[in-house]
Amino acid sequence: MSAVSESAGSGASGRRVGRLEPAALAGVMSRDVAIFGRYWKATTFSSIVQPTIYLLAFGLGLGKFIPHILHVKYEAYVATGVVATAVLFSSAFPGMFNTFIRWQFQRTYDAMLAAPVDTEELITAEMLWVSLRAGVYGLAPLLVGFFFGLQPEAGMLLVPLIGFVTGFGFVGFGVTVAAIAKTIDNFNYITSAVLTPMFLVAGTFFPLSNLPAGIRAIAYVNPLYHCVQLVRDASLGNLHTGDLGHAGVLIVFALLMWRLAISQLGRRLID
Amino acid sequence: MAGEGDRAAGGAVPAISLRGVVKRFGQIVAVNGLDLEVPSGVCFGLLGPNGAGKSTTMRMLTAQALADEGSISVLGFQLPGESKQSRLEMGVVPQLDNLDVELTCRQILTVFSRLYRVPRAERAAAVQRALEIANLTGRADTIVRELSGGMRRRLLVARGLIHRPRLVLLDEPTVGLDPQVRQELWSLIDNLRSEGVTVLMSTHYIEEAERLADTVAVMSAGRIIAQGTPAELVAAHAGKQVLEVYGPPERLAEVSALAAGNGWSSRRSGPAVAILRAEDLDGAAPEGVRRPSNLEDAFVALTGEEIE
Repeated sequence: MSAVSESAGSGASGRRVGRLEPAALAGVMSRDVAIFGRYWKATTFSSIVQPTIYLLAFGLGLGKFIPHILHVKYEAYVATGVVATAVLFSSAFPGMFNTFIRWQFQRTYDAMLAAPVDTEELITAEMLWVSLRAGVYGLAPLLVGFFFGLQPEAGMLLVPLIGFVTGFGFVGFGVTVAAIAKTIDNFNYITSAVLTPMFLVAGTFFPLSNLPAGIRAIAYVNPLYHCVQLVRDASLGNLHTGDLGHAGVLIVFALLMWRLAISQLGRRLID
Repeated sequence: MAGEGDRAAGGAVPAISLRGVVKRFGQIVAVNGLDLEVPSGVCFGLLGPNGAGKSTTMRMLTAQALADEGSISVLGFQLPGESKQSRLEMGVVPQLDNLDVELTCRQILTVFSRLYRVPRAERAAAVQRALEIANLTGRADTIVRELSGGMRRRLLVARGLIHRPRLVLLDEPTVGLDPQVRQELWSLIDNLRSEGVTVLMSTHYIEEAERLADTVAVMSAGRIIAQGTPAELVAAHAGKQVLEVYGPPERLAEVSALAAGNGWSSRRSGPAVAILRAEDLDGAAPEGVRRPSNLEDAFVALTGEEIE
């Protein structure tokens, strides 16, 4: 039977029930909003402090020796690069930890799946919420950057959208990891072996152009690299047609991770 | 589409129908050819020892576990394809507390009013009503973590009733609760039935089934082995009277041997040996205390298992 049922349902509700119903997505996300109401201060604090530390350490420290990279003031180079770092950490980590905790420890997902919400809606809503938040908080490094000499630019208005698409991919990655992990300790492997190198080899703090060809090739399949390039071009007023390629990679990554997260976690949520 | 005709028939449709349902987890067969029909408007007790397959059956009714064989329909909807429609009109109270400990009572109920599609204009009233059902109006804005075990269980029940469901699944509703909280929940369940809501309740507490259920199905090793009103089950499987013989262990062993020799159905019951169908015993009956048979006697006779 198709998941998209054309049945009019029984008389009592008379409601059509289909796939990815907005009401179900909104219901699941309303829970995230309620939880966020308790934690927004801590989240906001760390999203401001982290880029500040990066800019102080790299901008003021390294910036004295490297005033410019590829004609970009080093502080501006780091501030725009760190947007992607902020998006990565605010999406991949909730994807892994929140999913595992809500699924295995708090059984929140069990409770919601007993209501008229299916696994596709549940996982999609959770991913949407995390990536919306990641997109908004991705602006924090730019705000901090303004205090370090970064100039406001109209293209910066695209940054939340870029952060959203990138975050959607990385939260999907995190959900997939959570679905496959046997214990929460297994996340250490992913953090040290995948996420840390990914965030270093993305053109965040230094350009990739001088790296050996092999490593550069790896960077090109790193979605974070494409996020960094796109954010930097948008924020510094350098958008060009080549950026469509970066956007395309990010969109494909997001869609692939979405379906992967649903297939991997979806079949583990149902016995 | 299957089930369309049934739905049009209205009241004749059973609230729940399972036919030949099998569910395996690897080598373990949790549910083994289960046939079960729950008519509309009754409180139906699914009684069985731990591990009988009750919780697995409950999870299959919300399509959170999928049957390997057989067919399941809930409120006229075929599962698993139409499960979401049936879940719109049913409430679920799980055995394990899965409340959001970081949220307040009001927040949890509001989230679930949305998940259950309560229209926006009616949400505040639905939440208020649920708080009243749970007797938590004074604690509406308390975080769940700070509630007592009994309050949490009442909130768990109210969460499943937020949308005025036609059918409520209660999985071991009072397990681990103190007697007073259990009484509160029993009156809550009794109220549901008097409002015409169909209730399917799994339990391994005999008293719970005896007090609340119109019909009891005894489940053992993944299937139903007997079904009827509590009185019918007692009459059919334990007779009218039970003779309890007390004494030191040697005396009890003697009585057990005597019962076995005469073909009487008996069991050890704490410090005594209980002989069923004492009304049929002739003069050979040992000295003891006679009492009316109860559902526990029938249950043990049926499943061969002692319960609490």
